[in-house]
Amino acid sequence: MNSIILRTATNYILPLLLMFSVFILLRGHYLPGGGFVGGLIAAVAFVLHMFAHGLEKTRELLVIHPGYLLPFGLSLALLSGFAPVFFTGEPFMTGVWMENPIPVIGKVGSALFFDLGVYLVVFGVSLTIIFTISEDA
Amino acid sequence: MTQLILLPILFQACLAVLLLFFYTKTKTQKVLSIAGSSVNLVIASLLFYTVWVNGSMSVQAGNWSAPFGITFVADTLAVTMVLLTAIVGFAVSVFSAFTIARDRLRFGYFSILHFLLMGLAGSFLTGDIFNLYVWFEIILISSFVLLTIGSEKKQLEGAVKYFALNMLASIMFLTALGILYGLTGTLNMADLSGKVAALENRGLVNVCALFFFIGFGIKAALFPLYAWLPDSYHAPPTAVTAIFSGLLTKVAVYALIRVFSVVFVVDEFFSQLFIILAVITIFSGGIGALVQTNIRKFFSYLIICHIGYMIIGLGLFNEIALAGMVFYLIHDVVIKTNLFLISGVIVKIKGTSDMRKLGDIYNDYPKLALLFALSLFSLIGIPPLSGFWPKVSLILGGMEADNYLTVGFILFGSFITLVVVAKLWAQVFWKSSANLEEHEDFSYFNKLRKRRKVAILFPVVFLTLVTLYIGFGAESVNTLATRIAGELINVQPYIDTVMGK
Repeated sequence: MNSIILRTATNYILPLLLMFSVFILLRGHYLPGGGFVGGLIAAVAFVLHMFAHGLEKTRELLVIHPGYLLPFGLSLALLSGFAPVFFTGEPFMTGVWMENPIPVIGKVGSALFFDLGVYLVVFGVSLTIIFTISEDA
Repeated sequence: MTQLILLPILFQACLAVLLLFFYTKTKTQKVLSIAGSSVNLVIASLLFYTVWVNGSMSVQAGNWSAPFGITFVADTLAVTMVLLTAIVGFAVSVFSAFTIARDRLRFGYFSILHFLLMGLAGSFLTGDIFNLYVWFEIILISSFVLLTIGSEKKQLEGAVKYFALNMLASIMFLTALGILYGLTGTLNMADLSGKVAALENRGLVNVCALFFFIGFGIKAALFPLYAWLPDSYHAPPTAVTAIFSGLLTKVAVYALIRVFSVVFVVDEFFSQLFIILAVITIFSGGIGALVQTNIRKFFSYLIICHIGYMIIGLGLFNEIALAGMVFYLIHDVVIKTNLFLISGVIVKIKGTSDMRKLGDIYNDYPKLALLFALSLFSLIGIPPLSGFWPKVSLILGGMEADNYLTVGFILFGSFITLVVVAKLWAQVFWKSSANLEEHEDFSYFNKLRKRRKVAILFPVVFLTLVTLYIGFGAESVNTLATRIAGELINVQPYIDTVMGK
């Protein structure tokens, strides 16, 4: 799609959408949101960039192939599940929480890292699928 | 100590993720997969030993106490199945490493294989019925990928049938779960046990149980909805079919056993239903095998035929029949995997799976023929090999229930297995083979290097040794099966383990 309006708008919307996706990710503990939705929004940001500038430009912007994020996201999610087993000896997936809250972000627990893993996996999978489809088209 | 319960699941998960890091390096993947499967064998044996000595254990994932959290329970049946999964997984991992083409391995074959094994271990160990559904979905998704990897035309054709009927089964399962949750407000199997028994709306409970039965029945390839199995199992590479035939239908049988011992009761109606459908399954599977010409379709019909035995055991529901059923389950997982590995070796030798063209195996490879014969005899149940003992228990169970029809059909099933195996022996082993044209891009068995030949035969020998142990060590396997049967009849210890009393 060759439209100067879309291209100019995308340059501003892309960072905004990425920030929004991180906001949704962090919001997800008590309110609607979380890693899955956040990952989708981040993927949508890059899909929009792909519409405006073409697949090659988006690939250059991403530097690495989004598929590489899969194993990293999965291991992050798995490790966050293992945290209670190693630190407190409680069963797998028990929530482990920091004692003191970090300014701005708040209290950090193993659930956040699990969500972060989900975020990476969803982002990687949806972009890999969309890139593969648009390559064939 | 209870953390050990989750280890078979988590170990497979870690292994699968680790394999993803080496997505393009197929050599590293082979080494990791075989090494990982051997470690998994040790883990599963450790868990089995612990439960055998100390009795059932349970662990609450996320430390949310039952019945609110997801419980994982290791009772004797579950750990036996986990051990069998580890044995079969090890054999298939080795067989895959030396037979699957590089083009397939490049698309993450091993990673998906270990996700499948994770799903299997999870569904055996979970104590939560909705969690069971999730594990079934993991198994289903992994098996779709394994079925279609390589995208040959016949694979896709088989995968469509497999997909359609298994999705139908999943929908049935999910509907049943919805009804059950609406009725009781809980999904923990141990908690359901008491609550379902106390319900007054018996009609809806029976409908719900029927939905479960239909859902698992399709997945177990029970009459009348078994057509997806022979239509899809001949398509993918042999290693994939081997793990499917060994474990995918059996996990559905396991789920049936679990649901109809802990949650529902096998009453007069279900007992009749199980026995009638099982008998027709034995009959139609056996007749179906008689007319097949493709060696892998032939074995696929035998899978269907022998599923009937286990369902008969569940229908009779007395201690000796249940022990026979569990014994048969143990025997069947190992023998069916081995049969498909054998068919893989035969195809590797001759380059075709058409029984009309095959032949001469006995002339060319007498030692291999003897090795294969051991498995085939075990399959028929010639004493003292492994198929014989569970049938004795099942027949005794049938006599105890004064149900001579089942006794007749168990004997008929054995007889028809004998006939079809004799036909197989005559066609594939004795007959001289037709002149086969050589495919250029096919690596024939006799052209392989010696080390590779040994590596391909190793899993077959390994599983044959396990089968021989089940046959000659029937005493100890029967002790195990009887203990499991006792646990299935008296589920109170299971409930107490979960509820932490």
